[in-house]
Amino acid sequence: MSLLEVSDLTIRFGGLVAVDSVSFTVEPGETFALVGPNGAGKSTLFNLISRIYEPSSGSIRFKGEDLLTAHADQVAGLGIARTFQNIELFEHASVLQNLLVGRHTHRQYSFLSELLFLPRVREQERENRKAVENVIDFLDLQPYRNSLIAGLPYGVRKVVEMGRALALSPTLLLLDEPASGLSVEETNDVAFWIEDMKKLMGITVLMVEHDMSLVSAVSDRVLALADGKTIAVGSAKEVQSHPAVIEAYLGPDSLEVEA
Amino acid sequence: MRFVFKTHYDQDLGLFKHTQHRVCYALLGAIMVALPWLISDYLLGEFTLVLIWSIAGMGLMILIGQTGQASLGHAAFLAIGAYSVVLLQERAGLPFLLAFPLAGLISGVCGALIARPIAKLHGVYLAIATLALGILVEDIIVIAEAWTGGVGGLFAPDIDIFGHTFNKYINPADLYFLILGITVVLVLLYKNLLRSPLGRAFAAIRDSEVSAQAMGVEIAKTKSLSFALSAAYTGLAGALLGHFTGIFNNETFTIIMSINMLMMIVIGGVGSIHGAFFGAAVFVLLPTIIAFARDGLATLGLGNAVVIPGIEAGIFAAILIAFLLFEPLGIYGRWVKIRTWFELFPLARRDMFKRNQSFLKTERTR
Ligand SMILES: Nc1ncnc2c1ncn2[C@@H]1O[C@H](COP(=O)(O)OP(=O)(O)O)[C@@H](O)[C@H]1O
Ligand SMILES: [Mg+2]
Repeated sequence: MSLLEVSDLTIRFGGLVAVDSVSFTVEPGETFALVGPNGAGKSTLFNLISRIYEPSSGSIRFKGEDLLTAHADQVAGLGIARTFQNIELFEHASVLQNLLVGRHTHRQYSFLSELLFLPRVREQERENRKAVENVIDFLDLQPYRNSLIAGLPYGVRKVVEMGRALALSPTLLLLDEPASGLSVEETNDVAFWIEDMKKLMGITVLMVEHDMSLVSAVSDRVLALADGKTIAVGSAKEVQSHPAVIEAYLGPDSLEVEA
Repeated sequence: MRFVFKTHYDQDLGLFKHTQHRVCYALLGAIMVALPWLISDYLLGEFTLVLIWSIAGMGLMILIGQTGQASLGHAAFLAIGAYSVVLLQERAGLPFLLAFPLAGLISGVCGALIARPIAKLHGVYLAIATLALGILVEDIIVIAEAWTGGVGGLFAPDIDIFGHTFNKYINPADLYFLILGITVVLVLLYKNLLRSPLGRAFAAIRDSEVSAQAMGVEIAKTKSLSFALSAAYTGLAGALLGHFTGIFNNETFTIIMSINMLMMIVIGGVGSIHGAFFGAAVFVLLPTIIAFARDGLATLGLGNAVVIPGIEAGIFAAILIAFLLFEPLGIYGRWVKIRTWFELFPLARRDMFKRNQSFLKTERTR
């Protein structure tokens, strides 16, 4: 059974069809990339999976269950974590606190036990801290543990946001442009981390990315979108050389020019 | 410079961060306990009032500083607490020990009920809705005269615990210790909130609702909880304030008071428990300080020049504007900077607290 099944998904904003009957499946353990020019509808697709947007039609199934019955705040509990293209961290909190919010779905006790900080709450907090420390080790965030987000450079923020999503211990991780704005070295790190998430943690990754070298390096399959429509699916190589993809990126006359 | 070597996660989970921290609070505790023997009864009364306003400030801080939700009507919860605690004792015949927590509970439940419809609002719309709430409660006090005494007001009896009464004129030290005890308990609960998942969920909502939701935080429910906790703290403060002042009516709990509470926590420092206390101290002690200054100037023969009506409010507002311009983090923020400067001496840099460039944040998906 596929982990994620998106069928005929469509969303309209007024007259604009941002996602136009898109269908694809993501298999457990694979890394699946979405590519396409700006405004193609990639982030909108993520927002549909996160249930932030209500689709106009179509369906999304996760682990065989209908995801559209879930509310936006229940998606994380099902095992889907995500990052945002424009980084949505908790600015006035430390890196550690940000990562700990990633553990929210593992919260077990009522707010009254928390106000009294009962021993079992303390035990839960130790567990949360352990889980978060594993993420910190994995992403080499040790130097920033107690830094406030507001003072961190862009590259570190990107990593912290990825860490917060990982702290959730997700089954499916949605990464929206994990390497945009990063240096070549930082992008290399991201490539290794995505590989390790798959191999060591068994996490299925669905990512949006423009950097084709990263996409080719880590993804098993790639789907190209343009103007909300699927234009190609296949391996990174196949999609990159697909005429419709070249046309979408470079304009309608590009094939003749190249030829 | 101070280095704290951490060897166990519990060191971050504890209430105190390190030994020095512990020593400071032990000292503070000792001073608080010795206070009745150190200062006059009048000043002790003022200090008791500082504690009461600190509790109210903590209430507003939970909502504004921790959860990032505005309120311009928090005097409403002071009123609910004050009227509840007296009515529960006078009409329902409950002892103070039951009436007091119940007053907090009633105020908290009101907070939660009100939050349901208005917590969806953001920014200025939320501010206006809470402002309306404040006005509404003022009116209800007048209308429900049979219960509240209307414009004539309601007399609060002395606090009575197992036959021992607490009166600010007869035994001010006893009243002070009672309220100090209540304050300590409420501070500890607040500290617990900050180190548990609920406190982090509050901060998450404050800084980014979209990603809080994506992390599994139930926005509406968590905001309601924040309103409820905030209202409960403020209600408890209101109950104590009612007993402290002895008599109150609709004019005790006006919009001006709500705005004063807001100014109080902004001056103190939004987002920290310390801020609530610093703000309350400025708010309560400022008139006293001005009065002393006035007397001092009068003896210098400058008397007439400084007796300007409404000067307290003017000075308070001027201080607020100064803080908003020069120290948005309030007295507590300034204190942290000074402390850091001493800790790092002589390595502190001038631009250490300068904020780095903030990156574009979208509100589109809100
Ligand atoms: N909330 C919204 N309201 C109106 N239009 C939107 C909204 N979200 C996205 N869009 C539009 O949908 C299209 C796809 O956007 P997006 O998914 O962000 O593109 P990208 O593929 O670059 O991530 C764009 O034309 C964008 O303007
Ligand atoms: Mg995008």
